[in-house]
Amino acid sequence: MAAVSGLVRRPLREVSGLLKRRFHWTAPAALQVTVRDAINQGMDEELERDEKVFLLGEEVAQYDGAYKVSRGLWKKYGDKRIIDTPISEAGLRPICEFMTFNFSMQAIDQVINSAAKTYYMSGGLQPVPIVFRGPNGASAGVAAQHSQCFAAWYGHCPGLKVVSPWNSEDAKGLIKSAIRDNNPVVVLENELMYGVPFEFPPEAQSKDFLIPIGKAKIERQGTHITVVSHSRPVGHCLEAAAVLSKEGVECEVINMRTIRPMDMETIEASVMKTNHLVTVEGGWPQFGVGAEICARIMEGPAFNFLDAPAVRVTGADVPMPYAKILEDNSIPQVKDIIFAIKKTLNI
Amino acid sequence: MRKMLAAVSRVLSGASQKPFAGSPPPRHLTVGRKLSSRYEVTFESAQASRVLVASRNFANDATFEIKKCDLHRLEEGPPVTTVLTREDGLKYYRMMQTVRRMELKADQLYKQKIIRGFCHLCDGQEACCVGLEAGINPTDHLITAYRAHGFTFTRGLSVREILAELTGRKGGCAKGKGGSMHMYAKNFYGGNGIVGAQVPLGAGIALACKYNGKDEVCLTLYGDGAANQGQIFEAYNMAALWKLPCIFICENNRYGMGTSVERAAASTDYYKRGDFIPGLRVDGMDILCVREATRFAAAYCRSGKGPILMELQTYRYHGHSMSDPGVSYRTREEIQEVRSKSDPIMLLKDRMVNSNLASVEELKEIDVEVRKEIEDAAQFATADPEPPLEELGYHIYSSDPPFEVRGANQWIKFKSVS
Repeated sequence: MAAVSGLVRRPLREVSGLLKRRFHWTAPAALQVTVRDAINQGMDEELERDEKVFLLGEEVAQYDGAYKVSRGLWKKYGDKRIIDTPISEAGLRPICEFMTFNFSMQAIDQVINSAAKTYYMSGGLQPVPIVFRGPNGASAGVAAQHSQCFAAWYGHCPGLKVVSPWNSEDAKGLIKSAIRDNNPVVVLENELMYGVPFEFPPEAQSKDFLIPIGKAKIERQGTHITVVSHSRPVGHCLEAAAVLSKEGVECEVINMRTIRPMDMETIEASVMKTNHLVTVEGGWPQFGVGAEICARIMEGPAFNFLDAPAVRVTGADVPMPYAKILEDNSIPQVKDIIFAIKKTLNI
Repeated sequence: MRKMLAAVSRVLSGASQKPFAGSPPPRHLTVGRKLSSRYEVTFESAQASRVLVASRNFANDATFEIKKCDLHRLEEGPPVTTVLTREDGLKYYRMMQTVRRMELKADQLYKQKIIRGFCHLCDGQEACCVGLEAGINPTDHLITAYRAHGFTFTRGLSVREILAELTGRKGGCAKGKGGSMHMYAKNFYGGNGIVGAQVPLGAGIALACKYNGKDEVCLTLYGDGAANQGQIFEAYNMAALWKLPCIFICENNRYGMGTSVERAAASTDYYKRGDFIPGLRVDGMDILCVREATRFAAAYCRSGKGPILMELQTYRYHGHSMSDPGVSYRTREEIQEVRSKSDPIMLLKDRMVNSNLASVEELKEIDVEVRKEIEDAAQFATADPEPPLEELGYHIYSSDPPFEVRGANQWIKFKSVS
């Protein structure tokens, strides 16, 4: 929870700072939007823009969404565009919500064999413009069957695009790009991030605000080490970077935003600058996102710039336990990231 | 000339009272009063010998009795008689013969190892694909599983494109990238390899039909083997709940791979398995029965009443696929019996000849033309080059700018174009 309030405190300080400077600067006061509201806004705008877009999923309509992400949409668009499906795990553009991505395993054959592969198998005849979205990865106390991260599983498959937003801006921009994309896009959200407010820059408030799929963002510039992450752990990386900054170590924190197609260019350019690499993810280590990044670094120009082996910080290689102390130690914590960075830098 | 024609027609009307093989004895047979002396067939034939055939007076249409369908949760079913016009009859005959010969050609090419991998043939089941198509519009939708070559043809693709896809050449309908189980056409969604997975997709297409409001329906086919799958019942539930215009069709050819229906299903009344969804059991070897049932089902769906289920009782002559001889779990006698008593092409031919809708010679000529068409297509499918290696990475994504795709190692790169 300290991590979350830390994320909230800084933006609030910035907001009050802006308010003090109001007489010199006529820009509107910085808007605070939670990740949940950002996704809601993104979907609302796209539903309005294109009548072929519709949303279906368990409890998305009358219940306002299991995590309230689709709140208000059923009232606005009605039964035709917002559809409650019973529990189950044509040119229309569906947004299919999984209550969590763990349940997507019941439907994963459709995601991979019917969605991802169809454009290729048909020789370019049959596109599948569908979005699969929902919370992914660890939550709090939901135990093994509800805590798995699917970034590596979906990221493995050609024909799919896979995005993983961290903050509100990411959430809105990526869901809009996903809806407008003519391919199957998996949007891996994070339940613990839904309620977290972030500053929403003015450009993000536009109805045409899109974040390109396949492009990472450098959240924090640095010179000593590159730290690459996606989703909630990006916040942990920024916290670790803040702590290390006091000790004179400047981390460059990269928010991947997209898992597939992966933006290796941004990562490589950064590693060529800093000479050190740590990857951070919530998923299991074997065959994970970090493993892929390390393999690709070896194949590219950045390898010759590494002064130390690349290091991965991941979830523990166990099914997620329930007891709090065990759960806390099964996901990467800020201290684990700091430890890995120091080891890499040999300090 | 007129007197000669009149005399011929008298003889022919007399001859048409003869009962025809393979169906219940007719109580009454009507021959259309309007005799046609013009050459109605749409294909070219300039030979002089045909003029004589052309000048015969054929009936314009005939009424036939068809088997009554067993009904589930329906007060009434499709009609028990139907009118077949000469034009339609010739069309159906040609289509069924084309599917038959195309599948046999595929068998041949597979044994020559020119077709690889999986090859599931539908010879014996021609009345299903041709009959279903006859009961719907081209703007309706259809999705099926992997025994799909017949449907690919009836939905509008040419034999050339189909055979070339089977042989994996660039002239194939999926540019050689899909193969037997992944052929697509307008309003035809394959060709699906995973058993049963096409059924929820079909319900989804029906959802789109309802959403778009154009009175279109979706025919969602699956086999007797797939009928026991859970996802099919999930699709039934959603289709009924949301009143989707979905015609679920179980093509029951008595064997799920090598398992007979008695060994696979607790209930073999597949037309009743939709429970709350009304159903009908149809003679899938009689194209007219299939056509009428389809018309009935489509009208039901279009009226907004929701989904309906059809069980087509049919039979496949080949084994499950080319790797299955098809005689370890059924007897040769059984196969022979179906061939001689219920062959769909034979049934139509006998009906047409016996009611003066066509002559034996005319139908033989169609056979010859079909054989030639298949030969030409097979020639093409064998001679056409394979898709170029440079295109291996194409069609990963739709509507995207080109990008690089990794090959077998990091130095091998392919370009990907949408």
